[in-house]
Amino acid sequence: MAAVPASLPRRRPSLRQQDARLAWLLIVPSLVVILGVTFWPILYTFILSFFNVPTGIHQVRTFVGLGNYLQMVKDRTFWETIGRTLHFTVVSVGLELVLGLAIAQLIHSRPWGWRFLRFSLIIPWAVPTIVNGAMWRWIYSADFGALNGILMQLGLIKHYIPWLTLPNLAMNLVIVADVWHMMPFVALILQSALATLPEELEEAAAVDGANALQRFWNIRLPMLRPAILVALIVRTVDAFRVFDIAYIITSGGPAFRTVTITYLTYLNSFAFGKQGIGAALSFLISIFSILMAFLFIRLLYRPEEVQ
Amino acid sequence: MRPRRLLHKVWLSLLTLPVLGFIFFPILWLVNASLSTQVELFAIPPHWIPQHPTFQNYLDIFFPSLAASSVPRTFAIALLNSIKIATAVTLICITIGSLAAYALVRIPFRFNRAIQIGILGTRMIPEVSLILPLFIVASSLQLINKPAVLIIAYMSFALPYAIWMMAAFFQTVPIELEDAARIDGCSRVGILRRIVMPIAVPGLISTAMFTFLLAWDEFFYALIFTSTLAAKTAPVAIAEFVGRYVVNITGMMAGGVLAALPPVILGLIFQRYIVSGMTAGAVKG
Repeated sequence: MAAVPASLPRRRPSLRQQDARLAWLLIVPSLVVILGVTFWPILYTFILSFFNVPTGIHQVRTFVGLGNYLQMVKDRTFWETIGRTLHFTVVSVGLELVLGLAIAQLIHSRPWGWRFLRFSLIIPWAVPTIVNGAMWRWIYSADFGALNGILMQLGLIKHYIPWLTLPNLAMNLVIVADVWHMMPFVALILQSALATLPEELEEAAAVDGANALQRFWNIRLPMLRPAILVALIVRTVDAFRVFDIAYIITSGGPAFRTVTITYLTYLNSFAFGKQGIGAALSFLISIFSILMAFLFIRLLYRPEEVQ
Repeated sequence: MRPRRLLHKVWLSLLTLPVLGFIFFPILWLVNASLSTQVELFAIPPHWIPQHPTFQNYLDIFFPSLAASSVPRTFAIALLNSIKIATAVTLICITIGSLAAYALVRIPFRFNRAIQIGILGTRMIPEVSLILPLFIVASSLQLINKPAVLIIAYMSFALPYAIWMMAAFFQTVPIELEDAARIDGCSRVGILRRIVMPIAVPGLISTAMFTFLLAWDEFFYALIFTSTLAAKTAPVAIAEFVGRYVVNITGMMAGGVLAALPPVILGLIFQRYIVSGMTAGAVKG
């Protein structure tokens, strides 16, 4: 079918209309899938959060209004879980940003083997989350773990310690595993952003007598801000909904000390038989994620307004 | 001046050592442990390099019918399930996603912007918020423990991601090329088939790689939807064995190394595209 100029016979649809029709044809398969596996389920979850949903799919659901939400916020476990999730999010994202920026800087200053370093960063990032978690669980093992092995050979401990059973340490051990996995993500993004920065400004500042720290703080860091924000938001959204790595390293233990908000949702929905509470919790996680998404979209669509 | 520069370079290069140590120590330890026997693994102090290295753990997974324990047999099947499911997800996403991405990038129509933003928004919805309805429907359709349920569920994160990543690649196809073809009488479909797709091939390949990695890495849906060997993926197999006490730990380590190999190899091959893939959607639409 050849393209027809818009001024030819009126009965035929205009080029623009033809185009629009084709566009819908191209989009419909994806749109149907996305509506089916994302939009419909999120609405359904929202509705479920107002019902008491007993286990077993043929049980009768009863409407409880805001009951699930009220029960959720009255439960001390909920607030403790929010606290633990924030602990994980703030510390792991913070460490990933600081270490990632430092490593990006290091690569950017071209030491010997910088290409190898950049290449190596891909490995931890590519290792699947569950393999990464299992690896750290074994590293922390009380029977054969590498951590105990090193500390013993350095003479720092006399006998093996069951690290993952220590209540105050468990979450931080999960954080170390997450930092190993995701710090390369931040480092790679920031390194590629650094590579695109113009050097004239910093050179001019150097001529004017600004020292390295001043140049970094006043020139380089502000120019890196868009890339840092992208890394920060992507990592924050991900970290807030952490589940896999805690599930595999500690199974939520010891005594709930590593149960995060997604983990609590999983437990309510699939272990405690409280699917209504599970729906309410998961809707809360969505709200947070969508708020972050909104920020993300604003940031990316109008970068000039976010200054 | 020169000696000072050299000293600076030496100092910077020394700084890379702890970073490389942090990156490589865990992974090398895992590989070494997977090459040792169960007895040697428990040696105190540890043998950092196995004195009697053995490939038995790997051979058991490659030839599961000869293996003594159930761990390698489960892994062999779970790895195959992972390959099947991740491949199917990738093929579907690339096929329908590339069409949608082209339309969103190059054809102006009503709701174009709204759909773009909607798709970007779905990337942010966590799996846990979709799981209950999907689980209810999958149970009533008898789809639990079937690979199909995972392929469908994985669309929820893989398809929006693939669309955004491909949209970014289509934007790099010069619009002048398309205009010239239209003036010469080429239809939209012809342009898509003969001009845009061939130019975007590297983009399609790297999108395929990222989609495959996402599907390979997925754990939550797989944990909920599969419990038998019919559809269990590698991450679920690892999680299941890790939770038990007296099992073949070195065998599991070999399984873990094998599950990590495909994504690591793909990542290293496609390293040029990794940063653009990580920030997919971060290109102005």
